[in-house]
Amino acid sequence: MSIAVELEGVTCAFSTKGGGAYTAVKDVSLAVAEGEFVSVVGPTGCGKSTLLNVVAGLLKPTEGRVRVLGDVLSGVNARAGYMFQSEALMPWRSALDNVVAGLDFRGEDRASSYPKAEAWLERVGLAGFGNRYPHQLSGGMRKRVSLAQMLILDPQILLMDEPFSALDVQTRVLMENELLELWSANRKSVIFITHDLEEAISLSDRVVVLSAGPASRPIGEYLIDLPRPRDVSEIRLTPRFIALHDKIWHAMKDEVLKGYAQTRNRVSA
Amino acid sequence: MRRRLWFWQAMLLASVFSFWHVATHPELIPPVVWDNPHRAAFFFGEPVKIVKVIIDWFASGEIYPHLWVTLQETALAFVIGAVLGLAVGLWLGLSHFASALADPYIKAMNAMPRVVLAPIFMVWFGLGIWSKVALGVTLVFFIVFFNVYQGVKEVSPVVLNNATMLGATRRQLLRYVYLPSATSWVFSSLHTSVGMAFVGAVVGEYLGSARGVGYLIHMAEGSFDINTVFAGILLLTLFALVLDQAVSMAERRLLVWRPSQAGDADRAL
Ligand SMILES: Nc1ncnc2c1ncn2[C@@H]1O[C@H](COP(=O)(O)OP(=O)(O)O)[C@@H](O)[C@H]1O
Ligand SMILES: [Mg+2]
Repeated sequence: MSIAVELEGVTCAFSTKGGGAYTAVKDVSLAVAEGEFVSVVGPTGCGKSTLLNVVAGLLKPTEGRVRVLGDVLSGVNARAGYMFQSEALMPWRSALDNVVAGLDFRGEDRASSYPKAEAWLERVGLAGFGNRYPHQLSGGMRKRVSLAQMLILDPQILLMDEPFSALDVQTRVLMENELLELWSANRKSVIFITHDLEEAISLSDRVVVLSAGPASRPIGEYLIDLPRPRDVSEIRLTPRFIALHDKIWHAMKDEVLKGYAQTRNRVSA
Repeated sequence: MRRRLWFWQAMLLASVFSFWHVATHPELIPPVVWDNPHRAAFFFGEPVKIVKVIIDWFASGEIYPHLWVTLQETALAFVIGAVLGLAVGLWLGLSHFASALADPYIKAMNAMPRVVLAPIFMVWFGLGIWSKVALGVTLVFFIVFFNVYQGVKEVSPVVLNNATMLGATRRQLLRYVYLPSATSWVFSSLHTSVGMAFVGAVVGEYLGSARGVGYLIHMAEGSFDINTVFAGILLLTLFALVLDQAVSMAERRLLVWRPSQAGDADRAL
């Protein structure tokens, strides 16, 4: 299988207020195959969003580079769709108009783009909600709109930054199952960021664990050989899942504690 | 509760007018302050006569051309001022160099008491409506400009990044993200800026014109006709209230996408 995204020695440093530099991620190399679902887990603040921004082309790495389907990335990654951690919908556009936005940018006229958007809204379970504005939708519904907004453009690579972390547990399980269903119908490469190990294991083909910052880097990669199609709530009860979870959690624990201690120090300092 | 409040509000108005009537009517009470019983009426007018002036204005239809001129001036000043403020606000908000360059001059122009420009505008644009429109524009422009300028800097970076990932070019970001959110900032200052447009129109008329409600007041003052002066002031107040209601209605229609915007405006009243 060919490689969809490849990070080669990516380092990102931010200048700090004091005039120094904070190295968020250091020397990260990572490859994602076509059609592969990879989750990246790591403690909060370790640089997960930073890495995803680099792959999206929104952030230029201080060192290293990104290859997308073999080509070195410069500028915005036009092959990728991005689902952001926080609210990203345009509040002045209705759900339908938000879904159609990417097609607007491509210059497609509404006569052909609206039916597509309607179909996508239906596919994410929001048929009939097209004329609601984002503030009139629940958090879960807004995430569905974001998902439709991204998928309507049929990107080859999906970048998802803790997309469901703000949702309640039930909604979250529903959305995870729906994501898997949509993904299996038409396999894209996915980089899925989360701080939730269970979510990472139940969704992915592979889990990458990042160390705590600063200078965060991958410290372990685990193949998830659970059968598909999966039901994320059921698969969490299987022995294989529990074994994988134990193994990865064991490797992560030290990093989580380290990250926790650092945040605590930073707060008290 | 609401109805009872209305009742007392009406009572307050009625008692103020009654007091005014009793205190200024030449025969009702013996003169306290002045020897001449007609003095009080000369200084403060008589409410019954004032109301009669207003009724006569409408009955004879004499007032309509004046109201129409004032309305035209207000509307033109608002539209031109808002469009200019929006354009310049967007431009300076998006260009660091231009805003750094213009910053001291914008501050100076805003600090300048712009009413003193009225005579200059009269020399430039004559005694017709355009000198009043120009005065109103200078007042409206800065309100809208500062709102938009501030707003551009506060556009959610996530919404911008999201639009970028959906394929928006810089131009499209301007049209589909900056402009709609800037329009909402224009609307958030709508009450103030329409009020200012009105002030510009009336002050302009007052300082020199051949038409408009401000002109009526000015003429009546010239002949010491205090009742007509008060009638003009009352009419202007009513006019401003109607204008404000119209703005509230427009706001409710245009800002449906904003959470509880209309509700906030109602509460503020
Ligand atoms: N633009 C920035 N300027 C300065 N520091 C930043 C910036 N973006 C992120 N950081 C820092 O980099 C680290 C990683 O951030 P982030 O990638 O958002 O973490 P995560 O998504 O894993 O929670 C954090 O310590 C954060 O403070
Ligand atoms: Mg993050």
